[in-house]
Amino acid sequence: MSSNLNLMAPPKGWDAKYSDDGGSVLSTNTDQVINWMLNWGRANSVWYMLFGLACCAIELMQTGGPRGDLERFGAAPRPSPRSSDLFIIAGTLTYKMGLRVKRLYDQMAEPRFVISMGSCSNCGGLFQYAYSVCKGVDQIIPVDIYVPGCPPRPEALLEGLLKIQDKIKNEKYLQKRYGVAG
Amino acid sequence: MTPDAIYKRLEEKFGTETVFDFHADPAKDKDPWFQVAPWEIENVCEHLRSDKSLDFDYLECITGVDYPDDKRIVVVYHVYSYTLKHRVVLKVYLEREDPAMPTLVNVWSTANWQERECFDLLGVLFEGHPDLRRLLLPDDWEGHPLRKDYEEKEDYHGIPTIRPNPIELFKITLPSKEAAKEPAKA
Repeated sequence: MSSNLNLMAPPKGWDAKYSDDGGSVLSTNTDQVINWMLNWGRANSVWYMLFGLACCAIELMQTGGPRGDLERFGAAPRPSPRSSDLFIIAGTLTYKMGLRVKRLYDQMAEPRFVISMGSCSNCGGLFQYAYSVCKGVDQIIPVDIYVPGCPPRPEALLEGLLKIQDKIKNEKYLQKRYGVAG
Repeated sequence: MTPDAIYKRLEEKFGTETVFDFHADPAKDKDPWFQVAPWEIENVCEHLRSDKSLDFDYLECITGVDYPDDKRIVVVYHVYSYTLKHRVVLKVYLEREDPAMPTLVNVWSTANWQERECFDLLGVLFEGHPDLRRLLLPDDWEGHPLRKDYEEKEDYHGIPTIRPNPIELFKITLPSKEAAKEPAKA
């Protein structure tokens, strides 16, 4: 996989265009180029929801601060689930909050992604034998990336965001979203 | 004023029916404490607050403790005076089957949320409380989890409360402790 930071790397379809000049290949290549362009735009505007639950939220703030600086990857905090693409579950999730998290996730527009940040939201962590703590956010909503740590360092959360960008860049968005064959 | 003197004052005022069982063994009790009869707690606390030589203006904490062996639930009050810098600990012994006692909201209004917490986690009913709802847990929660015989439900609104152990689930064989202690063979 090519580096995430090389934003101007040519799409994979371009190599095929020069090596193979068959008639039907052209449409495939066009798809790939459009896919690459769409994904390039989407991957560099992953807006995340401003949502913190516990001490991991402090690290989330650090990641958004000047040293981690999530915004250099185009990830800006959004105040509403309806305008955000990424849901970072940062902290201990109780059952009471779990129902709210489910509702917030349902309010997000697709395509949407979820990062489970820290041991508590991964599996309940330190508090997994407590009566009120949910044993992992994946019991409620699907999770794309798990970031381990208690709490994870800002670098770890940045790595998680880059993995989300990888995932977006490898999607066949045109086919998935607009039903184009291919 | 020392707790001993405070206890003497209350005993003179209310009698041994209401205030009794003073404990001040420094080896066992970090804070000296005494019992108050549940039906008299509001009068005793009103006196503690309004008497100028006592002047307890701050209710620090209300805690509940469950003793299933003694069939008791004990409600503990830590009261402090900012002006006179002295503290006293009151305990109220209740029946475990039907724990009910008068509220202290009319004496210290900070008792409102603390009594709600005590009701939430231990199920103590504070009679006369203006708004006795759960404080921390969801409104539709069943049971009082700080009671020793509380058992966790299998799920809450479809969310399972047990996560399988990944070592058993994926049949992971962990290296034995003896193998880890041995130095690596060259």
